[in-house]
Amino acid sequence: MTKLPAERVFRTSGLTKVYDTGEVKVYALDSVDLELFAGELTVLLGPSGSGKSTLLNILGGLDHATDGRVWFRDLELTNLRDRGLTRYRRDHVGFVFQFYNLVPSLTARENVQLVTDVAPNPMRAEEALDLVGLTHRMDHFPAQLSGGEQQRVAIARAVAKRPEILLCDEPTGALDSKTGIQVLEVLKQVNEDLGTSTVVITHAAEIRKMAHRVIWFQDGKIANIDVNETRLDPAEIAW
Amino acid sequence: MVNGMEALDRKLIRDFRRLWSQFLAISLVLAAGVAVLLMSFGMSDALEETRATYYERNRFADVFIDVNRAPNSMLDIIRNIDGVASIEPRVTTYATLDIPAKVDATVAYVVSLPENGTSLNQPILRLGNWPDATATDAVVLNAPFGEANNLWPGDDFTATLNGTKRTLTVTGWALSPEFIYTIGPGSLIPNDEDFGVIWMPEQALAAALDRTGAFNNLSVKLRSGYRLEPVIDALDIFLEPYGALGAIDRTEQVSNAFIDAEITQLRTLAYTLPPIFLGITIFLVNMVMGRIVALERAEIGLLKALGYSDTAILMHYLLLASLVGVFGVSIGYVAGSWLSFELAKLYADFLKFPYLIYSVSWNIYVLSGVLGLIAAGTGAARAAWVAARLAPATAMAPPAPPRFTTSWVDRALHLIRVSQPTMMILRGIIRWPVRAGLSILGMALAVGILVSSNFFPDALDLIIDTAFYQSNRQHAVLFFNDEVDEKVVEEARRLPGVLQAEGQQVMTAVLRHEHYRKRATIEARRPGMNLSRVVSTNGQVVDAPPGGIMLSERLAAQLGASLGDVIEVKFLGVHQGTYTLPVTQLVTQFFGLGAYMDQTTANRLFQQDPRVSIVNVTLDAAHGDAFQQSLKDLPKLAGRAMLAENRAGFEDTISRNILITTTIYAILGTLITVGVAYNGARIQLSERARELASLRILGFTKGEVGFVLVGEIMLLAVLAQPLGWWIGWGVAKMLTESYTSDLYSMPLVVSASTFSSASLIVLTAALVSVLIVRRRLDGIDLVSVMKTRE
Ligand SMILES: Nc1ncnc2c1ncn2[C@@H]1O[C@H](COP(=O)(O)OP(=O)(O)OP(=O)(O)O)[C@@H](O)[C@H]1O
Ligand SMILES: [Mg+2]
Repeated sequence: MTKLPAERVFRTSGLTKVYDTGEVKVYALDSVDLELFAGELTVLLGPSGSGKSTLLNILGGLDHATDGRVWFRDLELTNLRDRGLTRYRRDHVGFVFQFYNLVPSLTARENVQLVTDVAPNPMRAEEALDLVGLTHRMDHFPAQLSGGEQQRVAIARAVAKRPEILLCDEPTGALDSKTGIQVLEVLKQVNEDLGTSTVVITHAAEIRKMAHRVIWFQDGKIANIDVNETRLDPAEIAW
Repeated sequence: MVNGMEALDRKLIRDFRRLWSQFLAISLVLAAGVAVLLMSFGMSDALEETRATYYERNRFADVFIDVNRAPNSMLDIIRNIDGVASIEPRVTTYATLDIPAKVDATVAYVVSLPENGTSLNQPILRLGNWPDATATDAVVLNAPFGEANNLWPGDDFTATLNGTKRTLTVTGWALSPEFIYTIGPGSLIPNDEDFGVIWMPEQALAAALDRTGAFNNLSVKLRSGYRLEPVIDALDIFLEPYGALGAIDRTEQVSNAFIDAEITQLRTLAYTLPPIFLGITIFLVNMVMGRIVALERAEIGLLKALGYSDTAILMHYLLLASLVGVFGVSIGYVAGSWLSFELAKLYADFLKFPYLIYSVSWNIYVLSGVLGLIAAGTGAARAAWVAARLAPATAMAPPAPPRFTTSWVDRALHLIRVSQPTMMILRGIIRWPVRAGLSILGMALAVGILVSSNFFPDALDLIIDTAFYQSNRQHAVLFFNDEVDEKVVEEARRLPGVLQAEGQQVMTAVLRHEHYRKRATIEARRPGMNLSRVVSTNGQVVDAPPGGIMLSERLAAQLGASLGDVIEVKFLGVHQGTYTLPVTQLVTQFFGLGAYMDQTTANRLFQQDPRVSIVNVTLDAAHGDAFQQSLKDLPKLAGRAMLAENRAGFEDTISRNILITTTIYAILGTLITVGVAYNGARIQLSERARELASLRILGFTKGEVGFVLVGEIMLLAVLAQPLGWWIGWGVAKMLTESYTSDLYSMPLVVSASTFSSASLIVLTAALVSVLIVRRRLDGIDLVSVMKTRE
């Protein structure tokens, strides 16, 4: 069994998110208690609608919980208002989404600079793009890049500020498996080299094999948590 | 298909409701165009109709002539001139009045009432009665004068007629087509308190003026179909021996000429402003419909896949735009009808029409309505066509992403280290240069409208400074009915409160050069006079050199004469003689068709002792009342003009009119700016929603994200300023040229404050519009934006 790093980055207690659509109340998260640790790569799995994205968005400070509490280290996110959450995202969090969400009017380098210009301790934009293997495409606009390349720019943009946590919602969802593997390798590398705590949501169950821990979701609740004794390299995974 | 159409109709209403604020902003721009069109045509039609009816009903004459004194025996000869339908001889004079409890001397133009009733220029009695034909001291006042001086039927006042003081009793108030616009001698604008018209029975007036059996003023009405010129020429010839001042037609009749100028200005407005508003409407509809179609690609594809025809799709979008058109035209109808009616009433009141005939012809409504709908349709045409031609398959696929490129500009921008949000703004502008350019143009036109409407006060400041402070340094001018001995200057100097007095001669003459002919007033004075001076537009004091005549450039141009040419001068009135004089000097002036002579030269020409017809004085303010009082006793005095009052009245009237017009123009400029800025920002928000949400996720604050939205429109607004100033300056230049008339030329001066207040209004309107859109950013759902592919 791999020795887990003990430092805790996230803790939730009774975390609940209810969508009240009038007739029915949907419990997207139903009293979730969870801990995530520094330097850990966690994969979230579960059927569609089980609450994975909802959790990620609350952890990332994009959404508010209906009930329960969330801490990032000693900072209680559930106490923060909009301004505080913005500050928290800016200083600590990197996001990667299924649809890359790059700014179309900025080149790859400029998309990364968007973050490095305002972060307290960033790496250089070129360095971040080098990390994802895109040095040669720095001055291309998103429309001139393939999907995988765009997603790697998005990762470069997310990690360039050396965030403590990286939250990825289906980062390979729009990519073929070969391209997906390249993206996962970048995530793994960032996790190892920078020690960034990483959470990856995916529908490809095979991907769980690269994680330290795997959290299974079902109906807004944690159904199961697995700890991987041995981890596979993304290159060894196929889906 | 029937059900399908209903579904499309429902979509139409839904779209219209969803985009109501954008459509409203466009509709208001369109409405402004329609309203201005209705207003300017409505008002000018009302003025024209009312005037025509008034002239017709009250038999306003066609030709007018003043003489010194002609015997009534001439009338039969004149009646027999070919084309003359009827004539009305009158006795007229200027008189100074002494109104109880009023310190200032007042001037009136006294007109005789023929014994058998007026046959031309018939006044309408508004109050009281006409005096008996035999009454010796009963008069009717023109109503505004009576009102301004609080002189009611039954009230008495004193008038100096032909050097004799008489007490007159008011029997009534009247209005006349001849005096719709009244202006006192030496005044620039009407002032009802200072100058009025008095009707007095002919017997009494003729006796007072020693003109029994004679006349000094004649109005002539022509038979329809006869030309004016032969009659004018005949009158000039027949009456020349009696000191005729030259016959004039309606275009030179002061009251009528003023209304002509007003009508022309209103018509000019109708041809210049509405096209701007319609053009901006086309641009805005085009921009907004283009975006709607881009957003509804998938929907359009689906509709087509369901079997809707290209025509149905085309009609759908055209119909959406026509809703905007109908909405805008309706607002324009309401606002325009109201504005036009209210302003016409204001005008009728200001101009002293007895009634207002206001009926905007329906074809103005049709014209403006059709133009409005065409503008909306033209704006929507491109987007509707694109939608109709969209193949279902391409429609379902996402649109090709916009192609951005880098160039040397980008490298330059990187060198100066602009921030990435700034880069987003600049790339957006470079990527859609036409849209950015038209937005700039739209806001520049708003600035231009404000500059060109606000430059009048600037120009007037300069005119007032030159005309009052520099040229006319006297405090008051005393007028005499005839030329009097120069001794009167000494008498004037001895009046209480008078500090300085200087006399000069004012003569009427017809100037001829080549085939040009022009009636003008020639002022003769000694060189180096201190009070009334000729000041050129560049501020220099100019004296007429001896031995010739000095002309204002405007007059010289109208005579086709230049420096050194010899012109023929035919004096009218007292002097009666034709001389040839060299043009020895030209001078550029704002006002009038001035002609000037050295007084010694004039006296030598007429072989006479020095005489004067007016005396200019400066006053000690402390003795103002005593001065006014003493004037009432000065024999032969025809009138006096107080320049300080004149100036105050001028500035007062002007500033009241300017307040109304600047308010209207400020509203028009604001509507354009709001239309452009609000829609521009909404489209920005729609196109950039995803990007802006991304920035928020990356940890940019609302303020920083708002900057991207606000920044682009405000950058365009700022860029629009210099262009707007230039446009405004150009329009002002055109206006100064078009307003240049016999009376005055408008100088082209635009002050820094005119430029800056125009910019302030436009930039504020743009900022407020964009900030309203910015507030929508608060409502953006960060999570849901990320779930979808664009
Ligand atoms: N804005 C919303 N309004 C109402 N219900 C919502 C909303 N967003 C999410 N839900 C509901 O909350 C539940 C959890 O959604 P969530 O997006 O977290 O699922 P997920 O596990 O990420 O699913 P997937 O794998 O399909 O992305 C679902 O039942 C969903 O329908
Ligand atoms: Mg999800």
